Amino acid sequence: MSDILRLDAVSLAYGRLTAVDKVSLSVPKGARHALIGPNGAGKSSLFSVVAGIRPPTSGRIEFDGADVTEVSEAGRAAGGLVRTYQHSSLFLGCTVLDNVRLAAERVHGRPLRPFRRRRRDAEVTERAHAHLASAGLPGRHGHLAGSLSHGERRQLEVAMVLACEPSLVLFDEPTAGMSAAETDRFAELVERLPEELSMVIVEHDLDVVFRLARQVTVLAAGSVIASGTPDEVRADEHVQRAYLGADSTDELFTEAS
Amino acid sequence: MSPADTNAADTNAADTNAADTNRADTNAADMKAASMRTVMAVPSVVRGRAGRLLVPLAVVVVLAALPLVLGAYPITLASRVLAFALLVVSVDILTGVTGLPTLGQVAYFGAGAYTAALVGIHWTSNAAVQLLAGVLVATALALATGAIVVRTKGIVFLMVTLAVGELTHQVAASWTAVGGTNGLAGIPPISVLPGGPALTLSGFVYWWVLAVFVVVFLLVARAMRAPFGRTLRGIRDNEPRLRALGQRTYSAKLAAYGLAGAVAGAAGTLWTAQARFVSPTDLGFDVAAFALLSVVIGGAGSLWGPCLGAALVILVRDEVSDYVDGRGPLLLGIVFVAGVYLLPRVRAVLGRLRAREKGFP
Repeated sequence: MSDILRLDAVSLAYGRLTAVDKVSLSVPKGARHALIGPNGAGKSSLFSVVAGIRPPTSGRIEFDGADVTEVSEAGRAAGGLVRTYQHSSLFLGCTVLDNVRLAAERVHGRPLRPFRRRRRDAEVTERAHAHLASAGLPGRHGHLAGSLSHGERRQLEVAMVLACEPSLVLFDEPTAGMSAAETDRFAELVERLPEELSMVIVEHDLDVVFRLARQVTVLAAGSVIASGTPDEVRADEHVQRAYLGADSTDELFTEAS
Repeated sequence: MSPADTNAADTNAADTNAADTNRADTNAADMKAASMRTVMAVPSVVRGRAGRLLVPLAVVVVLAALPLVLGAYPITLASRVLAFALLVVSVDILTGVTGLPTLGQVAYFGAGAYTAALVGIHWTSNAAVQLLAGVLVATALALATGAIVVRTKGIVFLMVTLAVGELTHQVAASWTAVGGTNGLAGIPPISVLPGGPALTLSGFVYWWVLAVFVVVFLLVARAMRAPFGRTLRGIRDNEPRLRALGQRTYSAKLAAYGLAGAVAGAAGTLWTAQARFVSPTDLGFDVAAFALLSVVIGGAGSLWGPCLGAALVILVRDEVSDYVDGRGPLLLGIVFVAGVYLLPRVRAVLGRLRAREKGFP
């Protein structure tokens, strides 16, 4: 199967500090790939390089067979590589429906068209409603996004990402700040997403990672130290050392009660 | 239609119906209750699609009838208000809708005004030709400067647009080909029909100004309700997010800047048409500041509100000023402070009334 995302010796340095050090990674189509690592491992830096927020210092990024190293964030998103935000990032002064329509418009409409066209606009609106429904937010479309609760905002985020019709979604610590129940709801939502949609999840919460991911890559000090299925990674001694600096890992990987 | 617009239509409708529904309630408490009731008692016709057309139509009819009841001077004043209001609309496109506070629209206003004047003096008195030429020159200037200007945002954008406005002002004041500080005088009166009579009466000029104002306003309103307007509001609310959705925001901002420049250019040609004189003062800093002030007073983001703000600013500056020893700007300052303090509260009360009407607690 061909790869949707391929990183080839990608590095990112801030001055003399190398945050990401020659990371190579391939993510096949339909993957559920998690990126984990202790604090300061370079997860966020790698995330921003893949999303196109920062250009890499060196290396090459391939998305869906094309070199996107020089492509802007908007260009990558338009091509189907869409990111999410750790903290909800919405258009708070616009209605819930308009938030989703902004995403749907870019895919199916003409975002700069200065006049309305009933048929086309209705089509975009219909799609937006469908995405709202699949994110579990029907019936809230007329409210301002700013009036939604924290959990609802995360659902709206999902609706917006779906409306982009991505082929690869980059999740940036999606369950940060969520309660256990919200995390569970979110994981269910992600599990229900279509199989052909590829995902890369950067996450702190290892329970979520081991529940959702089929492939796990572990970063430490900017480099990949392990890669494999959740079970392989769990058993890897480098990983255990990186996380705990010791060989006792019982606490880390036991089921949360 | 943006929430602000619906709000406007509804409150206007409430006003027009107040007379019918206000019964013999005389004391203050009852009056308050009555005004609440009128908000709820708005007939559904006025509230629906027809209402959205009815209220603006009534406003246009009243405006069109003004020359039939007012004398020459008030009509000139009204023309000035409309021309300035169109400049304010252009500021609102950037400041209210796109979230880019600007002091630079006077540059494109000036470009339109000077172009119309030069066309009038050297070529033709045809108002449509002057309008077209003014809009073209202003749009070209806006796109050329905007290509750099829209790369900035926030306070930097404000400062860069201030520089654009002031530079244009300086050019106009020092360039002898456009009259320098004396400006351009002796502009022949406009004519509307090709080869038709010159419009020397202020009433006819007013109708031309009104017609252009209405057409441009409607085109802008249409664009702001279309996907384009939604994209601009997205930029205002959260530009990085819009980029993450795959939208290149630079082109959208440049398009907004070009549109705002075109509208300001149209406003400039109207200014020339009614004053038949242009000078660098017309594109000075105080005009830029008053335009931004009108947007703030009228409510950034809605299109009709800033027009009311523009009317208030021109009336105070040009009319009321004479009665207070020429201290109009001071009065405007007080209006501005009061507006900033009171308007959010008024809006909150209106919002609460509307929420109650819809049945929310």
